[in-house]
Amino acid sequence: MDFVNAIVLLSNFVIVPALSYGSQLALGAIGVTLIYGILRFANFAYGDLMAFGTMFAILFTWFFQSIGISLGVLPTALLAIPFAIIIAILFSLLIDKFVFSYYRIKKSPPVTLAMVSIGVMFVINAIIRIIIGPFDRRFFDGERFIIRANEFKEMTGLNEGLAIKSTQVLTLFVTIVVALILFWFLNKTRTGKSMRAYSDNEDLALLSGISPERVVMITWIIAAILATIAGTLYGLDKSFKPFTYFNNLLPIFAAAIVGGIGNPLGAFLGGYVIAFSEIFITYAYKKFFAYLLPESLEPNTLIQLLSTDYKFAVSFSILVIVLLFRPSGIFKGRVL
Amino acid sequence: MRQYLNVFTAYIIMGLLIILVGILQSWGVALAILNLCLISAVMTMGANIQWGYAGLINFGIMGYVALGGLAAVLVSVPPVREAWQVGGLNMILCLFLIVLLIFAIRYILKNYKKSNKRNLGIALLIIIGLIFLRLISSPAIESIEAVSPATTGFLGGLGLPIIFSWIVGALFAASIAFVIGKIALGLRADYLAIATLLISEIVIAVLKHEDWLARGVKNVIGLKRPVPYEVNLQTTDWFIRLIERLNTGSLSLITDVSEKQAVLKQLVIEGSTVFVKLCYAGLFAIVVIILLILTQKALYSPWGRMMRAIRDNEEAANAMGKNVVKRHLYIFVLGSAVVGIAGAMLTTYDGLFTPGSYQPMRFTFLIWVMVIVGGSGNNFGAILGGFAVWFVWIEAAPVALYFINIFTSGLEDTNQFKIHLINSVPYFRYLIMGMGLLLIMRYRPRGILPEKIRHA
Repeated sequence: MDFVNAIVLLSNFVIVPALSYGSQLALGAIGVTLIYGILRFANFAYGDLMAFGTMFAILFTWFFQSIGISLGVLPTALLAIPFAIIIAILFSLLIDKFVFSYYRIKKSPPVTLAMVSIGVMFVINAIIRIIIGPFDRRFFDGERFIIRANEFKEMTGLNEGLAIKSTQVLTLFVTIVVALILFWFLNKTRTGKSMRAYSDNEDLALLSGISPERVVMITWIIAAILATIAGTLYGLDKSFKPFTYFNNLLPIFAAAIVGGIGNPLGAFLGGYVIAFSEIFITYAYKKFFAYLLPESLEPNTLIQLLSTDYKFAVSFSILVIVLLFRPSGIFKGRVL
Repeated sequence: MRQYLNVFTAYIIMGLLIILVGILQSWGVALAILNLCLISAVMTMGANIQWGYAGLINFGIMGYVALGGLAAVLVSVPPVREAWQVGGLNMILCLFLIVLLIFAIRYILKNYKKSNKRNLGIALLIIIGLIFLRLISSPAIESIEAVSPATTGFLGGLGLPIIFSWIVGALFAASIAFVIGKIALGLRADYLAIATLLISEIVIAVLKHEDWLARGVKNVIGLKRPVPYEVNLQTTDWFIRLIERLNTGSLSLITDVSEKQAVLKQLVIEGSTVFVKLCYAGLFAIVVIILLILTQKALYSPWGRMMRAIRDNEEAANAMGKNVVKRHLYIFVLGSAVVGIAGAMLTTYDGLFTPGSYQPMRFTFLIWVMVIVGGSGNNFGAILGGFAVWFVWIEAAPVALYFINIFTSGLEDTNQFKIHLINSVPYFRYLIMGMGLLLIMRYRPRGILPEKIRHA
């Protein structure tokens, strides 16, 4: 029984949160990695693009709520996501046309483009703060929990409860669906194949008649879709605050690099690698061991490898180790 | 001569703008802007050494600024004897252990060939070291933080004049930069950017949460100043006489003695704040001028030529027998040290150390905007960038408010849209910065004052 209790405890505080957090990172990391693979620069404005999409999801949610539309047990934001995606796509295409395309045509070095993306980051930052303000906002409605800790205890008769938030299940479900569609698109459709060809060898792709404008446009569209979905899911699960979205950029970059930058599948898995290691390393195992070990061996400290304040250090350590030992990422394979 | 004309006009315009603020708003505001412009100029010089001279991307400026701030605390605050008694020995032991650990790793790296065994050994060493560190430090930290937590709860510093911290800050930043450079400098440019950004976040996290070091988010306030205090000035004879002499014209018009006294008192209070800020401006200007002379000398020396060669064509420089890795490390440390000075100056000027206030937008990316806008590779350009961008950063809000009031003058004051716009005035500075950076990068990619290439 103690063993089951320990497992439930671990699932409640580590595995379930890590799965949902990892999904949010994974979607973001695919976006970053696609931009890197095809447009060939590190887009520092991606975190703010996520916040931008989420902001419109929130605005549409408010609008739907005000005219009385809701999805019942599901959050209204799900209904708002498609509209937010459209705006995010238009916005990214606009930015590409007026900002990035100039440098692409001039074939500027990646560093210049990264610097330009910082200018874009400032602008999006300002737009978000001017429209919705810098404050913490919760926009979740509907049923909060699928299983509450108390219900679980009653149901199973265990000491430990397992609470599963509906947003966590929702996140996982949406992520799997989006990822499946995306990988089908990249691997099976003509456009997806042309994107992979373009990322693999630009000159050869151009030679075989692939239109670069089209590839770039589709990349931005996919990036905007992923950013909006990942951002909205994160906002539903926790809360929306522009500054946290900027901070999420760092684990997302770490995930993309760990997976081998330019490799969507790697980025997808990298998101989970980062999330699981962050939460595993910063969790305090005292209670867990108390269940597993005999009483005489029970620990009297928290058994926390690293305090939660240093979760950045986890991303960073993984990043450095990967870059030092396997610069092309931990997953072998082709780029894109 | 003509090539210097641009520089002169740019700086004269900048000076006139600050004077204009002094006339239109107040001299206190103008001097506050000037002081922070000078501090920003030091930061941009540091960033310019790394980016402009050597082409290294360092998105970790915030971390070095914070380290400089830490130096200001550790140098100027008097030591907390009680805390040293309860936990000082253990903390020193920890420091010793860390140094030992680093040397042990270095020894292994030098004397054994690259293999999985070596990697495993190093990993094991680090883990064992961390466990020992934890065992030694955690009881000490607990007892240190328990020493009157409302006022101290940390080890305190050395109790020296704060001005020494400007050098110590540089040393702090340089030593951390050395370690980081050893690890990260081999990376490609964009990876280096991400890695340095992450490291600076870690530095801030450490400063925020290690309360025994500098009180963490509880902040250290009331740092001693290198310049006189306003309150003391207001009762000092020579200062009152100075103000009296400066204002003889207006004071002589007042006949009533008591009224004259009251006006004089008011003038002295205003004068004292301006005087203190002037003192700071003098100190900062000295630092800026010394650094400017040094960096200019370096830029036009054979060393500077070598750095530019490495920046412009790494492989060719390498083929000529220049050790690119070593030079990069050297310049990374040097630039970071300059930023560390700026960090210590900033904390000295503020008189308080608040780890929570370090944000990448303000302390990393804004500095980058300054360097790019001003002109990377050109020290005068970088300093001008620091001045201009900081000026805009501060004056953006009042100007935005002015324009919003003009554009919405048709709307009533209770209009929701107008209220919303006025409430979001502080954020227009981000918009202006972003647009400024984008426009400069597009139409004047080498900055306002571009780098001058001198051909011998």
